[in-house]
Amino acid sequence: MTVTAVRKDPQALTMTIDAEFDAPPERVWQLWADPRQLERWWGPPTYPATFTRHDLAPGSRVEYHMTGPEGDQPHGYWDIVEVDPPRSLVFRDGFANEDGSPSTELPLTTARVTIEEIGSGRTRMSIQSRFPSTEAMEQVLALGAEEGLRQAVGQIDAILAEDHVSRSTP
Amino acid sequence: MQTTLDFDRVFRALADGTRRDIVRRGIAGEEGVAELAEHYPMSFAAVQKHVAILERAGLVTKVRVGRRKVVRTNLEGLRRARGLLDRYEELWRGRVDRMTALVTEAKEADT
Repeated sequence: MTVTAVRKDPQALTMTIDAEFDAPPERVWQLWADPRQLERWWGPPTYPATFTRHDLAPGSRVEYHMTGPEGDQPHGYWDIVEVDPPRSLVFRDGFANEDGSPSTELPLTTARVTIEEIGSGRTRMSIQSRFPSTEAMEQVLALGAEEGLRQAVGQIDAILAEDHVSRSTP
Repeated sequence: MQTTLDFDRVFRALADGTRRDIVRRGIAGEEGVAELAEHYPMSFAAVQKHVAILERAGLVTKVRVGRRKVVRTNLEGLRRARGLLDRYEELWRGRVDRMTALVTEAKEADT
């Protein structure tokens, strides 16, 4: 298993997931920094994501949409807060309207990604998500996140069976 | 019965060790407040207060059994509160699985 720990703090409204990769930090950073790689894991196979704007710099906005089986396209964005390649990334993760403008009705979560080398060419990545309230958490789960949940099983095999598309560096 | 849970209340209620223990004992649902109070080094009034917080959060209800009132856990409420964080975990586990697949496949393609 690559996920090594999950910590849930209902009081602080955070969930932290730790994972280990058999690759150096620079490689793990590419999963976030290269939009073509990001597109291959952000959304589930039935709702692949397309990143239309992607610049990991403090203050800049990343924009994406997902495409569902019925052609529906939920939009989302990140507001980048802190960037320190290849060690950390902090962004506010929100939903957007069809024209890409941030939705004012749906809550933002804050994601804090930390990447560190743990020796022998291995890397630990920790992602902490913080919700503004439990109500917000319920909204996020009801709207944006739900599509991903039915796909939890079997998607690794599906990706491995695909052609080796998008590799970032030649 | 489908009730709307106030999740802020639920999580605040569950943040306390004594209250979590009351919820656990309430699954059997055979003890009243007086019997529950015997398990903890605190006054009857303090335990009653904990039970009241759990009641307001919808996590337990007092049920009349004969001449007594026992504290029963609302299992449905408990399940939903827990489910919320579990679902979010599942979402990110899915993402991490896909990240792993990407890192692994690029590595294999390089060799």
